Amino acid sequence: MHWWLPPGASTFAAPIEHLFVAILILTGIAFVIVEVGLAAFVIRYRARPGRKALYTHGSTRAEVIWTAIPAVTMVVLGIVSNHYWVMIKDKRSVPPNAYHIGVHAKQFEWQVTYPGKDGKLGTDDDFTIRNQLHVPVDQPVAVELSSEDVIHSFWVPQFRLKQDAVPGMHIVAWFQATVPGEYELGCAELCGMGHYKMRARVFVQTVDEFNAWMTQQAAGGTE
Amino acid sequence: MTHVAHAKPGAHGGGDAHHAPMSFWQKYIFSTDHKIIGIQFLFVSLFFLLVGGLLAMQIRWQLGFPGKPMPGGSILPQTMAPGGVILPEYYIQLVTMHGTFMVFFAIMPLLVGVYANFLIPLKIGAHDMAFPRINMWSFWLALLAGLIMFAGFFVPDGAPRAGWTMYAPLSARPDLSGVGVAQKLWSVSIVVLGLSSVMGSVNYITTVINHRAPGMTWFRIPLSVWALFITAILGVLALPVLQGAAIMLLFDQSLGTHFFDPVAGGQALLWQHLFWFFGHPEVYILILPAMGMVSEIIANGSRKPIFGYHSMVFAIIGIAFLGWIVWGHHMFMSGMNPTLGSTFMVSTLLIAVPSAIKVFNWMGTMWRGNLRFHVPMLNAVGFVSMFTIGGLSGIFMAATPVDIPLHDTQFIVAHIHYVLFGGSLFALFGAITFWYPKMFGRMMSEPLGKVHFWLTFITYNMTFFPMHIIGMGGQMRRIYDPTIYDFLKPQQPLNVFISYSAFALFAVQLLFAFNFLWSLKFGKKAPQNPWDDNGLEWSLPNPAPHGNWEKTPNVYRGPYEFSSPEAEARGTDFLPQSLKLPTDHDPLPAPLPATH
Amino acid sequence: MTHATQTLDQMRPPFPAETGSGVYSKKLGMWVFLASDVMFFTALIGSYIILRFGMSTPWAKPGAVLNVPLTGVNTFLLICSSVAMVKAYAAIADGKKYFLRKVPGKTLQDGGLKFWLLVTILCGAAFVSIQVVEYIKLIGEGFTPAGYREGSLLAEHAAADPIKYGLGVAGMYGSTFFTMTGFHGFHVTCGVISMLYLYFTKVLPEKYSPQDYAGIEIIGLYWHFVDLVWIILFTIVYLI
Repeated sequence: MHWWLPPGASTFAAPIEHLFVAILILTGIAFVIVEVGLAAFVIRYRARPGRKALYTHGSTRAEVIWTAIPAVTMVVLGIVSNHYWVMIKDKRSVPPNAYHIGVHAKQFEWQVTYPGKDGKLGTDDDFTIRNQLHVPVDQPVAVELSSEDVIHSFWVPQFRLKQDAVPGMHIVAWFQATVPGEYELGCAELCGMGHYKMRARVFVQTVDEFNAWMTQQAAGGTE
Repeated sequence: MTHVAHAKPGAHGGGDAHHAPMSFWQKYIFSTDHKIIGIQFLFVSLFFLLVGGLLAMQIRWQLGFPGKPMPGGSILPQTMAPGGVILPEYYIQLVTMHGTFMVFFAIMPLLVGVYANFLIPLKIGAHDMAFPRINMWSFWLALLAGLIMFAGFFVPDGAPRAGWTMYAPLSARPDLSGVGVAQKLWSVSIVVLGLSSVMGSVNYITTVINHRAPGMTWFRIPLSVWALFITAILGVLALPVLQGAAIMLLFDQSLGTHFFDPVAGGQALLWQHLFWFFGHPEVYILILPAMGMVSEIIANGSRKPIFGYHSMVFAIIGIAFLGWIVWGHHMFMSGMNPTLGSTFMVSTLLIAVPSAIKVFNWMGTMWRGNLRFHVPMLNAVGFVSMFTIGGLSGIFMAATPVDIPLHDTQFIVAHIHYVLFGGSLFALFGAITFWYPKMFGRMMSEPLGKVHFWLTFITYNMTFFPMHIIGMGGQMRRIYDPTIYDFLKPQQPLNVFISYSAFALFAVQLLFAFNFLWSLKFGKKAPQNPWDDNGLEWSLPNPAPHGNWEKTPNVYRGPYEFSSPEAEARGTDFLPQSLKLPTDHDPLPAPLPATH
Repeated sequence: MTHATQTLDQMRPPFPAETGSGVYSKKLGMWVFLASDVMFFTALIGSYIILRFGMSTPWAKPGAVLNVPLTGVNTFLLICSSVAMVKAYAAIADGKKYFLRKVPGKTLQDGGLKFWLLVTILCGAAFVSIQVVEYIKLIGEGFTPAGYREGSLLAEHAAADPIKYGLGVAGMYGSTFFTMTGFHGFHVTCGVISMLYLYFTKVLPEKYSPQDYAGIEIIGLYWHFVDLVWIILFTIVYLI
């Protein structure tokens, strides 16, 4: 049983996790103030014979304080969050040396196109495999997303990467995997009857393993 | 002119005497009386709430026990659940229609159709709405829309299946989704519902602006009416956008247009922009009236004025205004320009501020009050506590990098349900109980109401809190069988726990249903002002008569003058708005409106 | 309905407004309704703008498919009907419930409410009729909501001159054209029907008076709104 986000396996995991924890702390403080406050009031101010409520219409000072503190907190949170947002999603953040892989989503499978030996997508030695994403570890990978039919969403929880694949659009999403192993890719946007089983296997491999696999594929092997 | 029918000169004996006697049909079925219309909305919406709940039970069965035959499932046709085992194509109909019925035909009409209609004229001292016949049409169109939507289950290929958010191109391409004529029925239903909403809003807005009793200045209007007024403005501006989108979707399917189909130059994202431009104000439509009614109940239960009344009004306006510029936060992962994502993040984080202000003001109202825990108060405090959780969870999703792992997971589902159920529905339990005597002349059972509240509170949190956890763990929305994914298998015990809790939660609601129905006939006869409240409605008999007041009341003070020195001097802790003290002056009589 | 006892017994209409808006309820209600209609057309027109200008392929050239001169005349007709509406409103404000009346010293007779509202209705009906005829012609030539129908005259023209006819985006052209103008036409039709209803039930029996002509004012508001939407549509659909 997991009680937290799945263990992270990309360079995005740490900043997102830190931001998540920061928000958890901030909202936790607010949560405690409100819930404990409510509980305390419910007990302390319950009606008893002879008690009288305080006749007051409010306090401008209180209003200013509990407006300013949340407002400032939200602005700071926004600034910090935006820094990571730009790093992850901005087109210009895709590292120039990223290894490009094409992922074409369709009902209900992922067609993954590899650039082959020349390392370039869109050339003759590209090859396509269904439902298997192989990537080298510790190397930026850029996924070029497209869709055949409806909106799907490319989602690998451990990479902390999610990006919708939209028909009529060509969208690039990048990541850098940090832990070799096998993971799962799921579709995170309702795409029809088979949405629930639009699953692919993701292999993060050492450079040697990856190259070996690439050679085997180019030679016509099926894995 | 719509009000000519009321203007029969002659004796004003009882409340109804200025009418020729009405037949049963005129009085209860084709009524133009805002109170009857509100009650009609109440019965119909509670029915759709039940429908939505039954759909949820099936969803929870499948998620907790994927692929197992559902008890009682054998009554479902082979196309939905052969042998009681829910099919994937039926499952996505269930999730779609659960959301659709709950949002459009349960919560929205319960909050607006019922309480805008019932409360507004009563609480501002008007005899009825500005346009009573249009008001009647508003109800019948809403009912028609609901029936059209419901028909979707009974046509070939069943109900729509693209989620209540109906994303195109899936929704525009029946060949890709498998739906049949029901998708077109969806569009028709939405257009009809939009008309109903606009008609209602025209009434609510005009009535609040023009038909307030003398002395009922803007800043003496009760917060429930402020909230309903602002909600009506949201509705009148947002629903037509959805109508436009629904029509474009309908045309894509039936006229061969290509608004949302990229194959011929359309744009898939256009649907999302249109839908959420409507959809975000819509969710504020689903919470603001609840907040307004909670304010009434908390002030009443605390025997204290609302803390920061003016701030509360500005917070309502602030939430409504900001609500127009946050829609892109539903689209952070959509492929929309990330810079747009940044701007929507800022506006979304900011909208937390007026909501926080409201929570603190409710707490301020309770602080040093003399708290009476009648059933409405229990539910109102429950609202504050649960809405806070729902609002705080929103902050996680507002921070765009954190939205990456959370978008389209059960974390979102948890958030939605904390604000809609923990929020709106708890507020509704409180409101229904609070205004029941004014509607039906009887009280609901207090002991039953208390048991219902506590059991609901417990089973509700058991159902929805763990959804945050499984969402963090990565369980996507709208998937038929989480156990397909290895990384989700370890969480399945929590899905089972949630499902059992949900079944218990649903069962507990039978208590409320029984209380509501039984009390109609057998509830204690209600005194005129059972809650010692200040609102104008409590100066009328229970149930309130047709036409409300014989003579428009005068208003002498604000709505929350509890425990004031003047009240003390009278030996009580409340001071109704229309009560004239020796020290009060009559407000100026209202000037005549122009008739041209 | 007397106004003298207004301040004492507020059960009798017109129910007094608190300082309120100073605008009587029916008019306020119509303004609110028009706000909702603005949003409806915003959804349609906004989508059109996003779809057209988000596209790399240009739309068909103005006048290639649509009959701009005829629609220009139609636009003029609609504007005339708005002018007639204003005249009708002015007429009843002055108590002129009649159709036509001779005015000493003037050659042209003076039009009353019955005359001017009829002119409005006729111009509106003419607008719709011309639009229907245009639709029939366009569909016959092959212009449909889905684009240029295969094998049609327009499809031939477009194949010969794809730039002029915006061949690549004909589907979007058709989709947006028919949806926007169609709903506008629907609104004009509803306006004409409403005016006819008022004409027969209130105008002909002379039930309006200078003290009470709210119905004329609010249908006038609706009519001017519909005219304004058309001016926008004519510009962005036909002229650009």
